[in-house]
Amino acid sequence: MTPAFTREQGLELLRHMLRIRRFEERTAELYQLGKIHGFLHLYIGEEAVAAGSIPSFTNEDAIVATYREHGHALVRGTSMKQLMAELYGKAAGCARGRGGSMHFFDASRRFYGGLAIVAGGLPVAVGLALADKMQGRTRVTGCYFGDGAVAEGEFHESLNLAALWKLPVLFLCENNLYAMGTALARHQSQPDIAAKARAYNLPAETVDGMDVCAVQTATHQAIGSVRRGDGPYLLEYRTYRFRAHSMYDAELYRAKEEVTEWKRRDPISTFAQALRTAGMLADSDLQRIEAEIATEIEEAVTFAETSPWEPVEDLTKDVYTGKA
Amino acid sequence: MTTITYREAVRSGLREALKRDPRVFLMGEDVGKYGGTYACSKGLLDEFGPERIRDTPLSESTFVGAGIGAALGGMRPIVEVMTVNFSLLALDQILNNAATLRHMSGGQFNVPLVVRMATGAGRQVAAQHSHSLEGWYAHIPGITVLTPATVTDAQGMLLAALQEPDPVFIFEHAYLYSMEGELEGSRPAVDISRAAVRRPGNDLSLITFGGSLWKALAAATQLAQEGIEAEVLDLRVLRPLDTGTILTSVRKTHRAVVIDEAWRTGSFAAEIAAQIMEGAFYDLDAPVARVCSEEVPIPYPKHLEEAALPQPDKIVKAVRRLLG
Repeated sequence: MTPAFTREQGLELLRHMLRIRRFEERTAELYQLGKIHGFLHLYIGEEAVAAGSIPSFTNEDAIVATYREHGHALVRGTSMKQLMAELYGKAAGCARGRGGSMHFFDASRRFYGGLAIVAGGLPVAVGLALADKMQGRTRVTGCYFGDGAVAEGEFHESLNLAALWKLPVLFLCENNLYAMGTALARHQSQPDIAAKARAYNLPAETVDGMDVCAVQTATHQAIGSVRRGDGPYLLEYRTYRFRAHSMYDAELYRAKEEVTEWKRRDPISTFAQALRTAGMLADSDLQRIEAEIATEIEEAVTFAETSPWEPVEDLTKDVYTGKA
Repeated sequence: MTTITYREAVRSGLREALKRDPRVFLMGEDVGKYGGTYACSKGLLDEFGPERIRDTPLSESTFVGAGIGAALGGMRPIVEVMTVNFSLLALDQILNNAATLRHMSGGQFNVPLVVRMATGAGRQVAAQHSHSLEGWYAHIPGITVLTPATVTDAQGMLLAALQEPDPVFIFEHAYLYSMEGELEGSRPAVDISRAAVRRPGNDLSLITFGGSLWKALAAATQLAQEGIEAEVLDLRVLRPLDTGTILTSVRKTHRAVVIDEAWRTGSFAAEIAAQIMEGAFYDLDAPVARVCSEEVPIPYPKHLEEAALPQPDKIVKAVRRLLG
C-alpha cells in the first residue's frame, strides 16, 4: 500500500473512514439506549469502499445505494446532523425522519437512497443513466449493492440492459462475502462476480476493498471510462463486515477465526500505518482528526435529540405531490 | 365525431404525447419493430425512431425500474408492460420504489412515470393470461390507477396521465382493443379525477369500470325492456376513488350492484361496497350486491370461461334478486 497522493489527500481519506467508523460506533450505542429503532446495518469494516470511491464522483453524478448506506451518505457530504436526525426519526432528518437507517435521501447531492430491497436499486440506476444519455448529459450514475444482489434477477437484467444500451452507469459491488448469513459460495454456482459482468459484455475488475488506495485508483479509472461514453462498468470490491448483519445476529454462519483474520486487515489501521510509514501521519494528526470527529458526532447527537418530530398532521403529506 | 377503435385511440394518444413533449418516450416488450402486442404502437418506431420507441428485453422488473429512474432523471417515460399478468414480475419496483419514493424521501423525489398494460379475460387465453389485478394496484397509496373503458378515455387518459407528477397506471382491457367508438370532444386530455355516469337511471346503480362497463350497459338495456331503469356508473379512476359520485348515485337509487371482473374475495368491488356502507348506509333499500368472477383460475374452454366471468345475464339476475 503506497500512497500516491499528497499528505492532505491521505489524511482526508483517513478522515472519511474514521468519520464513518466513529459515527456508526455511536449509532450502535444509541441503538442500545433505545434512541434509534428498526434495522441498523453497520458498515464497519467496509469503510474503504465508500471513502475510496464516492469522492471520485462529481456533484452532478448520481448515487444509488442500499440499506447499508451510512458511509456513502457521509462521504457524499450530507451533514452528520441530518443523518443522525434521520436515525432518530426527526423531521430535520435527510428524509424528514420517514426513512430511518435504511432510507437516506439527499436530492441536493443526487443521493437516491437508501433503497432497501436487495437489487432494487439497479434498475433505477439504469434508468437514471438512460435519462442522462437521452438528454445528452455526461453524468455518471454510481450504483452500490452487495454480493447478495447478484443472486437476484434484477442484477442480470440490469447489467444486460445497461450494456445493451451502453448506458453511463458504474456498478459497484461491495462483496462482503455474505448475503446476510449465506456465504457467496453457498449461493452462487459462479462466485466470481466480475466474471458474471463480463458475460454481459461489461468490463469488470476485482478490487481489494480493504485497501482505500486500490479502491480509489480502480474507481477513478472506471468512472473515467463510463464518462467517456464507453458504456457501463462493474467493480467488485472484496471487503468484509466486522459486525453482525443488522444489530444482532448470533454469527453462526462464520468462524471467529475468519472474522479475526479479516480484522487484521482493518482498512483504517492498515491505511494509518501506511501513512505513518510514508511520513504523512503523526500522532498529533490522528488526535486532531479524532477530536474533530468526536465534536461533530456530539453536535449531531445534540441536534437529533433537540430537533422536533414531524407533526402527525403531516403524516400523509407527499404521498402525492402537492396533496396533504 | 370520429369513429375509431380503442387500439387506434391508444395509438393516437401515444403519438400526440410523443409529438407534444420531447421528454416522452415509450419502452416495453415489442413496442417497436413488432408494433406492440396489441398493435397500439404500430408505426411509431418509423415515425419517432429507436431512441424514443425502445424495444426492451423480457425484463419487466428492470424496464419498469428503469422507467422510474428515467422519470427521476427528468424524462417522461411511458412504460408498456405487455399484460397485467407479467406486471407481477415488476411488482417490487412498482410498490417499493415508484409508489413509495416521494413520501419516503420526505418529498424530495417524485416519479412522473406512466405505465400502461392490458388487463382482463374473455379471449380464451387461460389461467395465466387472464388476470384482472387493477384492484390490487388500487390498494397502493402513492399511485393513480386508471381504467379507460371508452375510446375517448383510452386516448385522453394517457395524455392526462403524462401531466401528473406522480406514477400513473393505466389498465386497458384487452377485450376492448378492437371495439369501435366515437371520440368525444376536441380536448385531447380528459379529466382523471371523476367517475362518469354512462347511463342515467333511478331504480338502481350498476357500478363498474373497464371492460365490465359494456356488460353493465348491456344489462341495463335488457333491464329497461322490463321497465327497470338502471344508472350505470363508470368509475374510470380506481385510485384516488371518486366516492362522491358513487354516493350521489346510490342516494338517488337506493340500490347498488357492483360489477368487477376480479375474484370476489378481497375485490375492488368489496371496497366499493364498504364505501357505500360507510357513506350511504341509511339511504339503502337493499344490501349492496356484487357480480364478480368465480373463485377459480380462468379456464380455457369458452363455456367455462364465460361461466367464470361477470356477464350481462348474471348482472340482470343480481338486479332482479335485489329488487325482488
